[in-house]
Amino acid sequence: MPEYFHSVTLDRDKCKGCTNCIKGCPTEAIRVRDGKAVIIEERCIDCGECIRVCPNRAKAALTEELKDIARFQRPIALIPPSLYGQFPPHVSPGAIAAALEAIGFARVVEVGLAAEYVTEAVAEYLEEHQSPRPLISSACPAVVRLIQVRFPSLADLIIRVEAPIEVAAVIARGGEQGEGVFFISPCPAKMTSIKQPVGRARSGLDGALSMAEVYGQMLPLLRKVEPLPGYPQASHVGTSWGRSGGEREGVSGRSLAVHGIHHVIKIFELIEQGGLTDYEFIEAQSCPAGCVGGCLTVENPFVAETNLRHIASRYPIGMGHRPKVAGEVLRLAKPITPRKIWQLDDDATRAMAKLLLLQETEKELPGLDCGSCGSPSCRTLAEDIVRGRASINDCIFNLRERVRRLAEEMVDLAGKVPPAMAGGEGETIDSE
Amino acid sequence: MEGRDFSVAGTAASKIKKMLTEVGFEPEIIRRTTVVAYEAAMNIVIHAFRGRLLVHIEADGIGLTAIDEGPGIPDVAMAMQEGYSTASASIREMGFGAGMGLPNIKRHADGLAIETKVGEGTTLKAWINCKKG
Repeated sequence: MPEYFHSVTLDRDKCKGCTNCIKGCPTEAIRVRDGKAVIIEERCIDCGECIRVCPNRAKAALTEELKDIARFQRPIALIPPSLYGQFPPHVSPGAIAAALEAIGFARVVEVGLAAEYVTEAVAEYLEEHQSPRPLISSACPAVVRLIQVRFPSLADLIIRVEAPIEVAAVIARGGEQGEGVFFISPCPAKMTSIKQPVGRARSGLDGALSMAEVYGQMLPLLRKVEPLPGYPQASHVGTSWGRSGGEREGVSGRSLAVHGIHHVIKIFELIEQGGLTDYEFIEAQSCPAGCVGGCLTVENPFVAETNLRHIASRYPIGMGHRPKVAGEVLRLAKPITPRKIWQLDDDATRAMAKLLLLQETEKELPGLDCGSCGSPSCRTLAEDIVRGRASINDCIFNLRERVRRLAEEMVDLAGKVPPAMAGGEGETIDSE
Repeated sequence: MEGRDFSVAGTAASKIKKMLTEVGFEPEIIRRTTVVAYEAAMNIVIHAFRGRLLVHIEADGIGLTAIDEGPGIPDVAMAMQEGYSTASASIREMGFGAGMGLPNIKRHADGLAIETKVGEGTTLKAWINCKKG
């Protein structure tokens, strides 16, 4: 496998080379080159912001398709609570589960149930690790990768507890192998976490399907199916994980929930500056309103969040009795290490010289952050120039200024008529 | 930086963090420097009329110098104590000026020197050592 797997991909035919995606990217991972968007692999965190903003639908998420599940005899669907929120509250989770079985899954397992194990494991982890504070949830794979890329000093604050989908996969298999386990995913980041996990060697899942794709297949069946009996089993706590604030409701002590990647960045900056130490727990989700607002969902994030609140309110507050899951299933085995990708040069002295050059270069640029050069901001263009990936002439304002000066010089030169020509202003040579 | 511009301290700290990341300092060094930069900038915002925050990147460490035109610190030893603050009630009500700024800088920096003149201003110099690796 290449060094980085990314679910987020570009359809070159659809890309018009506009600059919408480069401006919104939280890790400055996209440039426009030769009229097409290019993703810088080591910076991309698969948050899906570019998919959200692309007006030409050129950014897409690489996921499995429904036909891919057929390679397994008994494919299992892992259903996240965020899927319930995509339908009006009168559509029961039991009907949603039944519709998934009708489109080809042999069985379904609810991720909300696994989320309850994770809730308990997080409480235990907070008890065991009394300092430092605050600790940050590991549930959102885009947030974990954001920390790896942009907030390396916060990597040790990530709670090393497994995300619910991996726990759900263990429950789904029940010790048996040979069945395909697929997640109905609201986002590309979950797909990436299956193909290239952080904190564990390999995922227990076989793939993910886009929620939007599955939605279209399920919709005509919802009225026809009989709701699956005994589904769901998760309580209010587990079901609420699909929306922002749901995760922290299961944690005692002072906690904070933030959603939307750019808001998450602001909170992480505060922590990095030494703030929020009086908080126990930070729930951070990349998508607006939480997983219900993932870029592979269908419903408006805030409508979906309201739907999910209605549905969750029907279930008991307390977490019910569940079969015991082995403790090691719930803990991340491997450390979460930062991606060291921002250094301007491997050699510190040369990196320092390049930083000074970068600052000088930035002063030459207009500071409009227009994006026409293909870099998201003037500072990023300066960085790209220093890294040898761009030229100062890529700045259209800089180029225009140079053309203007050149034109002035040409007009000036054109006015100079050689002395041999009539009417010339050539110097007269005084003969002595 | 202008006094009372509360948004500027965070921005300054973020800019400094970005530069240090590009030079390639270890995350722990960057974290400590960011905290010092933020607290030093907040001191200017809370107490001074205006000021500047300078970063010196050396081979063996990072120097931060915060120079302000402001009231100065009448009793530096007192100001270094946790919980001691001369910030106004209105600022303290907003959760700032808890008297943790200078102690926090001291805790996160390897060296700290303060020159101050009452009625003129303060120059704070902080130093963070870098292990040579």
